[in-house]
Amino acid sequence: MASQVEAPVVRLSDVEKVFTRGDEAATTALEAIDLDIRRGEFVSLIGPSGCGKSTLLRVIGDLIQPTRGEVVVNGKPASQARRERDYGMVFQAPVLMDWRTVQDNVRLPLEILGRPTAQRTARAREMLELVELGDFLEHYPYQLSGGMQQRVAIARALSFEPAILLMDEPFGALDEMTRERMNSEVLRIWERTGTTIVFVTHSIPEAVFLSSRVVVMSPRPGRITRVVEIDLPRPRNEDSRETPRYFQLVTEVREALRMRGDRPADDEAIGDVPSVDRTMAEGAVG
Amino acid sequence: MATAVAARGRPVAAATDRARGRGWSALTFAGILLLLLAVWEGVKFLGGVPWRTPGAVPGDPVLWNPPFRWPFANDLNLPHVWNIVLAFTQPFQRGAEATLAEYLLGAALYTWREAAIGFMLGGFLGLALATVFVHSRLLERALVPYVIASQTVPIIALAPLIAFVMGQSVLTVVLIATYLTFFPVTIAMIRGLRSFDPRAMELMRSYAASRWQIYRKLRLPASLPYLFTALRISATASIVGAIIGEDAGGIQAGLGRVITTFNQYYITGPEKLWAAIIAAALLGIAFFLVIRAIEIAVLRGQPGAEGG
Amino acid sequence: MSLVSGAGAARTRRRGPAAGFARRGRRLLFYLPAVVVFVAAIVAWEVVVTALGLRTFVLPKPSAIVAALVANWSDPRFGLATSARATLVEAVGGLAIGTLAGVLVAFATSRWVTARGVLLPIAVAANAVPIVAFAPLMNNWFGVLSPLSKMMMAAVLVFFPVMANVTRGLVQVEPAALELMRSYGASEWTVVRKVRIPNALPYFFTALKLATTLSLIGAIVGEYFGGSSLVLGRIIVQSASALRFDVTWAAILLGAAAGIVLYLAVVGLERVFIPWHASVRSSEP
Repeated sequence: MASQVEAPVVRLSDVEKVFTRGDEAATTALEAIDLDIRRGEFVSLIGPSGCGKSTLLRVIGDLIQPTRGEVVVNGKPASQARRERDYGMVFQAPVLMDWRTVQDNVRLPLEILGRPTAQRTARAREMLELVELGDFLEHYPYQLSGGMQQRVAIARALSFEPAILLMDEPFGALDEMTRERMNSEVLRIWERTGTTIVFVTHSIPEAVFLSSRVVVMSPRPGRITRVVEIDLPRPRNEDSRETPRYFQLVTEVREALRMRGDRPADDEAIGDVPSVDRTMAEGAVG
Repeated sequence: MATAVAARGRPVAAATDRARGRGWSALTFAGILLLLLAVWEGVKFLGGVPWRTPGAVPGDPVLWNPPFRWPFANDLNLPHVWNIVLAFTQPFQRGAEATLAEYLLGAALYTWREAAIGFMLGGFLGLALATVFVHSRLLERALVPYVIASQTVPIIALAPLIAFVMGQSVLTVVLIATYLTFFPVTIAMIRGLRSFDPRAMELMRSYAASRWQIYRKLRLPASLPYLFTALRISATASIVGAIIGEDAGGIQAGLGRVITTFNQYYITGPEKLWAAIIAAALLGIAFFLVIRAIEIAVLRGQPGAEGG
Repeated sequence: MSLVSGAGAARTRRRGPAAGFARRGRRLLFYLPAVVVFVAAIVAWEVVVTALGLRTFVLPKPSAIVAALVANWSDPRFGLATSARATLVEAVGGLAIGTLAGVLVAFATSRWVTARGVLLPIAVAANAVPIVAFAPLMNNWFGVLSPLSKMMMAAVLVFFPVMANVTRGLVQVEPAALELMRSYGASEWTVVRKVRIPNALPYFFTALKLATTLSLIGAIVGEYFGGSSLVLGRIIVQSASALRFDVTWAAILLGAAAGIVLYLAVVGLERVFIPWHASVRSSEP
């Protein structure tokens, strides 16, 4: 992370999150997280289950308060950023309101933000056109397929032009074919809107295909073990998935993950610092 | 991931949470009961008639003279708690040997016997109907609407008729209890007998298992949580049926009869009616708890065994 | 049917008029067995009673019941019309009082966790108590001659299922939906309005369907324990003891009709208010 002219959209410094539940032993979900995300970047968080990637996303979105450390978004504390509606969220499940039509679901955040009615309607339509659901305005969620529902969720998240889009395994429940199509769709939307996106996933191909940077995390405690710059040329399309550089980067991320992910039992014994070093070294070779 | 992290080590924590929760709800329940009694006596303290010692006759010294006289708080509408408690220890009628508590216990056991027979008949009838319905879509479509409609007929409306046909016999009461019991079981078991894992069904099919084997080894075990949920509802329903049925069926024993009788003599002893109603409530709760205990024993370790 | 089917919702995309006809046709076909059973039962009843010359007074022929219904519609002794109206008023009044109280308490319960800890055990216990035993008390409290005492009996029966169901509906909201609202910086009141209340509607209607039957039971039980004699509950008892079973059956028929009408009214409301919910969708076969 070299020096930048512009201030980062998200700056995490020394963030730690410890969960305590009743009289149980505390679980350290996140430890010593430092990360800057630049404007217009597409950053993926990847790691095995329990590595705290979703927790990290929620810390950025002020849905979880960190135990220690600082989260600065657009130059202000995360809680203020949330109140000023800087975030759009997309979850693994579409979380559509069953009782609202597709159009009304997209309007929901605009209602809460108190935008005028005419703007709500226009904006909802525009966003649904963007995700190619312009013909389904009056449908109810149950009448749509899983992929279509997730596109509605994306349209909803974008409807109020948030500074940052936080996506938590949005395509995790979809089949591989639909997932790849949705990947291309997200890239197209990202290129058109220029929104900063933080994207949690456990799919290596997805992370490499989409991102400008992939943040690799390890579990117990959740840490950042590597950050892989993805220098695949843009605009990317389905053909990008077949270039040698793509495969190289996929391998690089996979190896970064394997350094820790395969041996969870050894975690405490090995300690953190050496393994990170080794990962770095191998990454450099790859 | 937040959930995943927080969920680790959950089973143990959940178990202690549950135990603590159960202790808590027992405590809060006792607290509420005390609060209710306090409000009750508080109302009488403010707006009742002059307080005398328990069992006193007019002319005995007045212990407390409430500042207001609210009609709903007089000793007829809202007897003193201690007078109700005292009534349990007194003879149930003038010159009788047994105390009211003994009398009510006898009546409650009588009613429970009727209810339990109706409960079992209703349970088996419900199970049989549901079994037929899950095996025949045609019969389900033809008859289930009437099973549902049968419950929109307020059963007690049928009570006098059943009483006439059956005569003044316990059979009337049992039939009414059965009528109220079978419905929850039928409806729940139509769902329950279809709640098996479809992959398990494919497995059974691959073994060429017979319908009966599938029923015994797959459908029935999968339906147990549904069955017990229904039986808990039915337990109360069967008691309701027995209480109503005793009156309609002209049975000269049981809680229903006792409530009717004490209601007629309310002016001379409101405490007795209250005591009988409390006995009915306790009987309902006791039957419910028995079914719940069996449920916990049978479903131990199965998902769905928890939660009320 | 909504109680039973619940299976796979039809994923219809666009419905043209042709699809509408087809659906209506399928629905007719779906109910055909039930209709056949109904007609067959009525005919068999009439034929068997006539052919065998049974003692028809306990189980009169359907035609005799209908005749009794017409003959006693405005009879001074068994005034069926007046009685049915009186009982329906008691039931609907109790339904309204019990539902309103149940919803209000549910809001309080869902709002404060402590209130939930306090009230839900009561609701569970109340479910196990044969509440009909309280009918004589209601008559003593609210006046044995006043319809209010019957309404209150019905209201008590209605209250608990409504309260328990609505509380569940307000509380059991998808956690992700709450996170979403939080990410918008929505106020608690907005969350209640836009998420909790719509989420509770299906639970509310389920309870209301149950409550329609309960309200009639409450009203009739209240009537049994004394009061006006021109009510369905008393007519049934009096006609049965006078061996006028044709009138008894006519009164039972009216009671059942009242129950079905109330139930269908709730189903109708459901279609208007929660057309998106599975219970409504799946009733379209």
